[in-house]
Amino acid sequence: MSVNEIKIPTMADMSAAGDSPEVLFWVGCAGSFDDRYKAVTKAFVKILNMVGVSFAVLGPEESCTGDPARRAGNEFLFQMQAVSNIQVLDGYNVKKIVTACPHCFNTLKNEYPALGGNYEVIHHSTFLQQLIDEGRIRLKEGGAFKGRKITFHDSCYLGRANNVYEAPRKVIEALDAELVEMKRCRTKGLCCGAGGAQMFKEPEEGKKDVNIERTEEALATGAQTIAVGCPFCMTMMADGVKNKEKEGQVEVRDLAELIAESEGL
Amino acid sequence: MDYLPQILFLLVLAVTAFIMYKRISRIKSTIQLGRPLDRSDNPGERFKVMTLVAFGQKKMFKRIVPAILHLFLYVGFVLINIEVLEIILDGLLGTHRLFAEPVGYVYGLLINFFEFLAFAVIVACVIFLIRRNLLPIRRFKARELTSWPKLDANLILVIEIVLMLAILTMNATDQILQTRASDLAAAGMHAYPVTGALFFSSWLVPLFDGMNTQSLVVIERAAWWFHIVGIFAFAIYITYSKHLHIFLAFPNTYYSNLNPKGEMRNMDEVTNEVKMMLGMPVEGADQASPAEIARFGAKDINDLTWKNIMDSYSCTECGRCTAECPANLTGKKLSPRKIMMDTRDRAEEVGKSIASGGKGLEDGKFLLDDYIQREELMACTTCNACVEACPVNIDPLSIILQMRRYITMEESKAPASWNSMYSNIETSMAPWKFPPTDRFKWADDLKKESSTEK
Ligand code: SF4
Ligand code: SF4
Repeated sequence: MSVNEIKIPTMADMSAAGDSPEVLFWVGCAGSFDDRYKAVTKAFVKILNMVGVSFAVLGPEESCTGDPARRAGNEFLFQMQAVSNIQVLDGYNVKKIVTACPHCFNTLKNEYPALGGNYEVIHHSTFLQQLIDEGRIRLKEGGAFKGRKITFHDSCYLGRANNVYEAPRKVIEALDAELVEMKRCRTKGLCCGAGGAQMFKEPEEGKKDVNIERTEEALATGAQTIAVGCPFCMTMMADGVKNKEKEGQVEVRDLAELIAESEGL
Repeated sequence: MDYLPQILFLLVLAVTAFIMYKRISRIKSTIQLGRPLDRSDNPGERFKVMTLVAFGQKKMFKRIVPAILHLFLYVGFVLINIEVLEIILDGLLGTHRLFAEPVGYVYGLLINFFEFLAFAVIVACVIFLIRRNLLPIRRFKARELTSWPKLDANLILVIEIVLMLAILTMNATDQILQTRASDLAAAGMHAYPVTGALFFSSWLVPLFDGMNTQSLVVIERAAWWFHIVGIFAFAIYITYSKHLHIFLAFPNTYYSNLNPKGEMRNMDEVTNEVKMMLGMPVEGADQASPAEIARFGAKDINDLTWKNIMDSYSCTECGRCTAECPANLTGKKLSPRKIMMDTRDRAEEVGKSIASGGKGLEDGKFLLDDYIQREELMACTTCNACVEACPVNIDPLSIILQMRRYITMEESKAPASWNSMYSNIETSMAPWKFPPTDRFKWADDLKKESSTEK
């Protein structure tokens, strides 16, 4: 890490200082609480620090977007969350949001407008791709990932739900890694099994768990790294890899972690 | 006496038109049982979607073999209709091959082209029958494909083959009769207009060559009548069948959802309540109508939108949705195709009952439980694979989510673990039970980590 101490400004601090950031980093519940995904949050913040992006987080003022409640059918709870989040966001006059969670991304971008919350929302894969395109992140050729086989698992809420397919792939290609595709990818990508609030209950009875089916497909590519861009996919794929007893050989990593690693952060 | 065939034809045509009118009105009013939904925006974009997806078969081409075979049926169906127009006019006017003279030599080319299409349709149908019945293709074997849907699918293919054979038989005997002008004249009959050689039907000529002119005329007329009456009957049959998609694919894709697939439609009736609870001004709150909300979410078809019901009538039962569904692939009960078939069955049941003065929606049955089981609804990951896969832009997910809303909001019967998730969000502002004060702990951790790294 650089000599400068890492900065994690909150909106409250910033607005107290009469300042406003370029972009709000919406951390999300998994990014705040889930042990594994907190590492992604940290990696992303390190990148923001390194590049010098003017950002802030809501910190303790952040609250669940309401996505899982809405998908499970609790529209009431969703709207309670959404309306109060919009009050907070509008209170700080937020214009642009970046998030490392496709579910937060989808909800903030597509569903808050109907309740009066209008923001420019992008997923961190797109954000990273833009930083790379602008030359603000320069990845060294022949870096840590040279020749490493990476497969990308499309998350439903990034891909089909919002048609973001290329940004994560461009990020992986920028790592100088070899991108290997699974049989079902892009529009045909197979869900990890956690969406639609499945994360928060046991699956229905069946022959197999969805994440096992997907993990088998990912392992079949021979990739050493399964790249994801979603906290739920992260959990499901990591569980799948564990189930197949491949933790030693295959890692499940978020795109931000890969960039941070290759930058030595 | 000479007018008898024309009168008979007019009668058949009128009866067909009447039955079709009744069927179409019934389907229309059944679709209108659904809740309102505004899809009148953006006509330009809608027209484009319809042109690409319905007319251009864009999504069919994700699977190339069935796409090409299906294209034969589709082009065959559309273009052979030009010939059907001639046949109908012939029937009404008592003419034979009305267009032959005005169109001149092009007529022979046209009929040859139609024969090619008829042949292609037969080939495609035979291959489809083999695929459907003999090959191990997963989407053709599923529990929702009970006896009727299976029979329906096979009947359509067989009827199409038979109708095309009737055209070819008609043309084969016609060709022979064209050469027997003197025989016909002797018998006091009109000569058959000359079309020139017809390629595909000439394969059948050896079957009929040796027959006398009288028999040939009988066969030619019989094939003509069989074909056109068959088409009329088929048109009526279609309205009871998954084959309805040949008409409904067009409006159904025109009224597609143009928003991002991930967006769930906002329930405005809930918004007002939420705003009131939070002490915020509510738009139009003082307007009289205390929003007659029948139900939150959907228990029966009238709780769905009209588009959901139109979707169900447009479903081709192809199972492309189910073939991509992660829940179905891993052995869960959910099948998006079944969701659509159930919705249609329920809609038909209600529509039929209303039309015959029955109890309609009040028959004590509901889409939920009587058709669609909770276990199916709960298994959905909202992944949108079904929506993406559907060749006619049907949205099974929309129905699933509206039914989940009913289960959670009206019945409070969500699974226990979802109820805990709800209360976690209410109390801890996160779906997991963590103390809200820990939300920002990662920042302290990160600061600590990076200062020790220094
Ligand atoms: S959205 Fe639901 S029904 Fe559709 S494919 Fe995904 S899991 Fe299956
Ligand atoms: S919903 Fe669409 S994909 Fe599914 S069976 Fe019907 S037509 Fe086929």
